[in-house]
Amino acid sequence: MAEKSTKKEKTPRQPMPEQAPEARRRNFEEVPLGYSAETAMTEAQRCLQCKNPACVKGCPVSVDIRSFVGLVAEGKFSDAIHKIWEKNSLPAVCGRVCPQEIQCEGECVLGKKGEPLAIGNLERFVADYERTQGSGELPPKAEPTGKKVAVVGSGPSGLTVAGDLLLKGHEVTLFEAFHKTGGVLVYGIPEFRLPKDIVASEIASLEKQGMKIDCDAVVGKTVTLDEIFEDGFDAVYIGVGAGLPRFLDIPGENLINIYSANEYLTRANLMKGYRFPEYDTPIAMGKNVVVLGAGNVAMDSARTAMRLGADSVRIVYRRSRDEMPARAAEIHHAEEEGIEMYLLTNPLRFDGDEKGRVTRMECIQMELGEPDESGRRRPVPIEGAEFTMDCDLVVVAVGAGANPVLTQSDPEIALTRRGYIIADEETGKTTKPGVWAGGDIVTGQATVILAMGAGRSAADSIHKYLTWGW
Amino acid sequence: MFKIVDRKEMADGSIIMNQIEAPRIVAKAKPGQFVILKANETGERVPLTISDLDAEKGTIEVIYMVVGKSTAMFKALDVGDAYQDVIGPLGKPTDIEKLGHVVCVGGGTGIAVLFPITRGFKNAGNQVTSIIGARTKDLLILEDKMKGVSDKLRVCTDDGSYGTKGFVTDALKDVLENSRVDLVVAIGPVPMMKFVSALTREYDVRTLVSLNPIMIDGTGMCGCCRVTVGDETKFACVDGPEFDGHLVDFDGLIQRLRAYEEQEKEAYNNYCATMGNQ
Repeated sequence: MAEKSTKKEKTPRQPMPEQAPEARRRNFEEVPLGYSAETAMTEAQRCLQCKNPACVKGCPVSVDIRSFVGLVAEGKFSDAIHKIWEKNSLPAVCGRVCPQEIQCEGECVLGKKGEPLAIGNLERFVADYERTQGSGELPPKAEPTGKKVAVVGSGPSGLTVAGDLLLKGHEVTLFEAFHKTGGVLVYGIPEFRLPKDIVASEIASLEKQGMKIDCDAVVGKTVTLDEIFEDGFDAVYIGVGAGLPRFLDIPGENLINIYSANEYLTRANLMKGYRFPEYDTPIAMGKNVVVLGAGNVAMDSARTAMRLGADSVRIVYRRSRDEMPARAAEIHHAEEEGIEMYLLTNPLRFDGDEKGRVTRMECIQMELGEPDESGRRRPVPIEGAEFTMDCDLVVVAVGAGANPVLTQSDPEIALTRRGYIIADEETGKTTKPGVWAGGDIVTGQATVILAMGAGRSAADSIHKYLTWGW
Repeated sequence: MFKIVDRKEMADGSIIMNQIEAPRIVAKAKPGQFVILKANETGERVPLTISDLDAEKGTIEVIYMVVGKSTAMFKALDVGDAYQDVIGPLGKPTDIEKLGHVVCVGGGTGIAVLFPITRGFKNAGNQVTSIIGARTKDLLILEDKMKGVSDKLRVCTDDGSYGTKGFVTDALKDVLENSRVDLVVAIGPVPMMKFVSALTREYDVRTLVSLNPIMIDGTGMCGCCRVTVGDETKFACVDGPEFDGHLVDFDGLIQRLRAYEEQEKEAYNNYCATMGNQ
């Protein structure tokens, strides 16, 4: 046994082949190229097949990682995808955008002495193999129950609920306010990080399993929750996302070419502004770009701006590198592509030209002071350390709040002081009978996989309700 | 898909009326609210305020001026053709109540937006005076419909080719001088709304304007439509589209409406060239 594990540790973690930074910074094609079957098997064979796999505990949806990796190691890719599908209906998405380093891979025993198993890369490989070379076989589905579930919002949590409940034999209709399904996977995350045909293919697979789609339906405006029940639905899941951009509320913020990250990414991704004039929605092509904030959305915005032809893209963040909320891999990718980090820098105001277009930003240098209520050292301005940056495009990526369009349309849904839906932590039940909620509209802005985890718990609870009652 | 069941060209083909099948929207829409239309897969999302409804036919009506590629593509849609997407009703409805004397001022295609609001105030028991204007006689729309929902109707043209020669503000000044006015509703080109608001401020008469900034989602998600109202930034799509005209930063709105003028020109020229070649 000891000899076996020694031998396995000798194989290094298989690197993910990637487009070279100098090429990819000007195109929208996906950055990682994916494992070959041989590489995937080599990597999978590094797995120690632990008796009590810590990786599974690190996964918000409890994918049976040990089993699926074991199947990959044997080259049984089709069996591997079925194993993942038991817990995760969107593996091609999760393999790409999950923060594995703080979840499954963060718990991996191999990581204690060397590099953890590349679980995300393996999940991605299996999902891509199934999509491109698989049998097209669908997961087995239970007998129809005759129950109808409405899922409001077609982002990651809504799709998870839909996928789970379809397999349990319920009828599912997905309500989407936009003209296209996918939520943040389509309007928010850029093509180079999550190709849109992959999202489309995951959704098409749910449609093959019987899911109905109702686009252009703004629940709260076009239809109300009560009308959905009147239409014969037995349960409703709300997964509408956060959906209210935050601004800094500083002078000059309404100048032209200052965008919220939501607007910038929606123009680029959903509306395909980067293909203007073939697509009709324009997007500003900045040469000197400033992105405010340092989360994943800020990295996505900065890397999009670089691909749209910027000469310089600067991330401006008021705290230090240690506090940057983005994944290490995203920061690394951004820096490789030539994006500069202006840390401990706080914007004060924007100035514009005679046409009202932004031309420069005044900011101030900060230093770290005493820890604040979040335990992070509070950035404080250095007196007299103001300076200006020239810029012709600014993207404000400092987070999002709770969008009130749905929540204010139904007084029975209780909200927190900040407008998020109050839902039971275990089940996702809201204060309105028959209505569940999960994802960013409950937690505030978080990750794709946490939204999926909330969807998974809610789907279990909805299934119990449809079987036994509230 | 949302089918066009009726269509009319007005003002020498520069203004188009569409009646569109959208039963779910009809069931909900109230005066002052808008929809977002998208012609096809590659099209823009264009916000247009609803100008009328037909509950029996399940249709909404929109009236728009052809100003660029998107509206030119809308114009190319015939009866029986369909918009790929119509989303709504969006925005807050007009706060219609019995106030006494309401003056409704409309210019250009703003008259279309003004019509259901005027009818609402009339049906709520107000005395309604309407003032509508256009650059010239041929561009004036909906005179008969407006007459039907107003106690008095005044018509102005800039060039005097019809009605009284002059701007709607001239006629409005006359009304403000000679009668007690409880509310002015002004909808039209941004400069018109700006001048009306400046005038009514002198008379201290509350004034509602309906704003038309550039939008993407129309549900408060992107912030593209932000306008400065008083000291605050508001999203026209969810906080409006109607605001207190005395507080709106119209110059800021005019600038933001021109954010993409170069791209819009390029797209329209390309479109016209392609159409010309066919």
